[in-house]
Amino acid sequence: MDGLLLDIGLRHFLFVSLAVFVLGLYCVLTRKNAIGILLGVELILNSANINYIAFSHFSSGNYDGQVFAIFVIMLAAAEAVIGLAIVLGIYQNFSSIDIEAVDSLQG
Amino acid sequence: MDHPLLVSYLRWIVLFPLLGAVVNGVFGAKIQERFGKNGISIVACAAVGLAFIFALRAFFQLTGVAPEERYLLDTLLRWIHIGSLQVDIAFAVDPLSAMMILIVTGIGGLIHLYSIGYMHDDEAYWRFFAYLNLFTAAMLTLVLADNLVLMFVGWEGVGLCSYGLIGFWYKEHANTTAGNKAFIVNRIGDAGFTLGIFIIFWSLFEAGHGTTAVFRDLSQLIHHLEGQLVWGIPAATLAALCLFVGAAGKSAQIPLYVWLPDAMAGPTPVSALIHAATMVTAGVYMMARMHFLFSMSPVALGVVATVGALTALVAATIGLAQFDIKKVLAYSTVSQLGYMVLGVGVGAYGAAVFHLMTHAFFKACLFLGSGSVIHAMGDEQDMRKMGGLREKMPITFWTFLISTIAIAGIPPLAGFFSKDEILWLTFSGGHPLLWLIGFAAAGMTAFYMFRQIFMVFFGENRADEHTKEHLHESPPVMTYPLIVLAVGALFAGFLGVPPALGGSNILEHWLEPVFAGGHGGGHTAHHHVEVIEYVLMAASVGIAAVGIFLAYLIYYRRSVSADTFTAVGGGVPYQAVFNKYYIDELYHATAVRGTLAVSWLCSVFDRNVIDFIVNNVAKVTGVIGWAVGRFDHYIIDGLVNGLADVTFGIGNRLRQIQTGNLSIYLYVIVGAIAVSQFLPRVGADILFPVVIVFLSLVIVVGIALWLSTRRIQWRLMLTKEGVSELR
Repeated sequence: MDGLLLDIGLRHFLFVSLAVFVLGLYCVLTRKNAIGILLGVELILNSANINYIAFSHFSSGNYDGQVFAIFVIMLAAAEAVIGLAIVLGIYQNFSSIDIEAVDSLQG
Repeated sequence: MDHPLLVSYLRWIVLFPLLGAVVNGVFGAKIQERFGKNGISIVACAAVGLAFIFALRAFFQLTGVAPEERYLLDTLLRWIHIGSLQVDIAFAVDPLSAMMILIVTGIGGLIHLYSIGYMHDDEAYWRFFAYLNLFTAAMLTLVLADNLVLMFVGWEGVGLCSYGLIGFWYKEHANTTAGNKAFIVNRIGDAGFTLGIFIIFWSLFEAGHGTTAVFRDLSQLIHHLEGQLVWGIPAATLAALCLFVGAAGKSAQIPLYVWLPDAMAGPTPVSALIHAATMVTAGVYMMARMHFLFSMSPVALGVVATVGALTALVAATIGLAQFDIKKVLAYSTVSQLGYMVLGVGVGAYGAAVFHLMTHAFFKACLFLGSGSVIHAMGDEQDMRKMGGLREKMPITFWTFLISTIAIAGIPPLAGFFSKDEILWLTFSGGHPLLWLIGFAAAGMTAFYMFRQIFMVFFGENRADEHTKEHLHESPPVMTYPLIVLAVGALFAGFLGVPPALGGSNILEHWLEPVFAGGHGGGHTAHHHVEVIEYVLMAASVGIAAVGIFLAYLIYYRRSVSADTFTAVGGGVPYQAVFNKYYIDELYHATAVRGTLAVSWLCSVFDRNVIDFIVNNVAKVTGVIGWAVGRFDHYIIDGLVNGLADVTFGIGNRLRQIQTGNLSIYLYVIVGAIAVSQFLPRVGADILFPVVIVFLSLVIVVGIALWLSTRRIQWRLMLTKEGVSELR
């Protein structure tokens, strides 16, 4: 077990987390599709989760970070629900979920 | 005298006629329509009748107490109370005012009755009686007032009614002009009266013993005026002369008598009541009331006596040559008023008031008689067209004759006693010249009055046939008052038979409590019979007889032609007298023209100077206003609008940052976070300038953007249509 895990340290986890975050950010910035943006947000949240768990595992020795990760997953679920509901509302109003087209607050 | 008897019925003497005036004045037209003219006359006559009854009651209450206590007081309302000056609406009756209210309500009542017949065919019947009642109320206020101020109210009231009644037939311009003339000339007198009142107030106040307007207190305080000077003239003299100007206006003395002959334009009962029996005597009454003031100033008394005597003579001479039946009586009235004023001027207040009373009887009778004649002649007033009316109008003739004898001064009728008393007291008071003037005037009076009798009632009737057919005696409602007044003219004189003729001069004694204070009133107290008194009496009767005989020769027998006299001195004196000494023309040329010239000058000044200034001020103001308006529009509004425009311009450009495009927002957020990671490391030294430069750039860019947008765009946001247009 040690042999296998010796190569993998905190730094590896942070690189993965950074990669996932940048991918999520790129997705959020470039996507025109509202659902795509929501997907990007999920990636950003999950990159945060990876950070939580990694720091939890390699530093404190308790489970605070893992508990937080659970919270974030729960929040992400709630956010996805509300976000999708908003996207549905936008679609009903604009017959589109292209955020470029959605630039007016007036109904 | 110190404790007046307080009563509460005197007010009704004034209030009843006032009530009658209000009823007839306000509802008169309705009453006349509903109940006929009798309704009007019943209200009017009842009002005066009730006043007469209360006047009698006051009179009898006075006779019931000791002479010193004969003073009734009825305070109706508190009026003016300022400092020591206390003026109430209060009515007082003393022997003098008791006599006056009996004359006003008694003779006034008879004239009311007479008017029923005289005015019967007049449409404005109710208006006439309303005025007549109002006049009675005002005259009674004047007489009963216990202070100068309330007296002045009555004084103005009678003047107003006089004006209204002279111009009663207002459709003829001459009548309204006569009314105006009376009113305006009286204003001059009223100005004097008010000045007199003010001088009394002021000087008494200056003397430091408190001031008052109440006659009783005045008579006690007036001696404090001794030594007071107003503009270097003794206050008492100045006040007395000012009051005399008022009296001269009201009682038609030189130089203010001109209104009275013109006042004959009014209906004849008005001439009898107002311009013979009552109102014109107000001046004499006022001076008698203020006798204590006049007695303090020999100078003022001298002026009063001289003016009175001259008026008596001048008016009598004018009366010699008049042909209008009422004009003769008018000048006769002026002349008789001159006698009364002469009486006041020589301090014979009692005699003046006595003559006032007898004159009220016979002059009212004469006027009513002339009214009866005019009525019968179909409104003809020229005596040259009359004649021979003796048989047609016996009652009018006899009453007229009695009154004429009375005024001519033939004993034992009323005029003899009163006129002779004045003349005697003038002579014995040390004014032989004034006596001579009065004596001459007495002869003229006898002449012109009998001239009138002969022209109107004797000889052939010179009227046209139509008028002759309608000649008739007046109805009883007109002749009965004539008879009563003639009886008065017959017997009123016996109230003042002098001791020289075995009488006791009842009236003089009656008035004694009033005039006891003044030194002038003391004549009767030390009256002793002198031979010269009989001589003067005989002379008066003699000259009256001469006057009558002359009139008889010229106008009845026609054995002497009037031309003999008119031609004297080339006719110049006659022309002067016939034309009333051209006094009216003189006044017209001086006073009237002068006033008009001044008013013309004033109007020229007004139009060319005042208006010029006003117009130019207006123009300058307009220019300034225009400039201020421009400033407001361009500078003030420009600043406000400019500020709004800048704000709008900046906002308009900044709003474009809010694209609503999520991607751009996200780029900005990420970019900002990225930049924020570097800034803390850069440090505050660089951060603040960067921020300031950034904000400056934003403002400069904003202004540049604003300049590029239309300025009024933001205003569009104020309306809904504008908002949609902006979008």
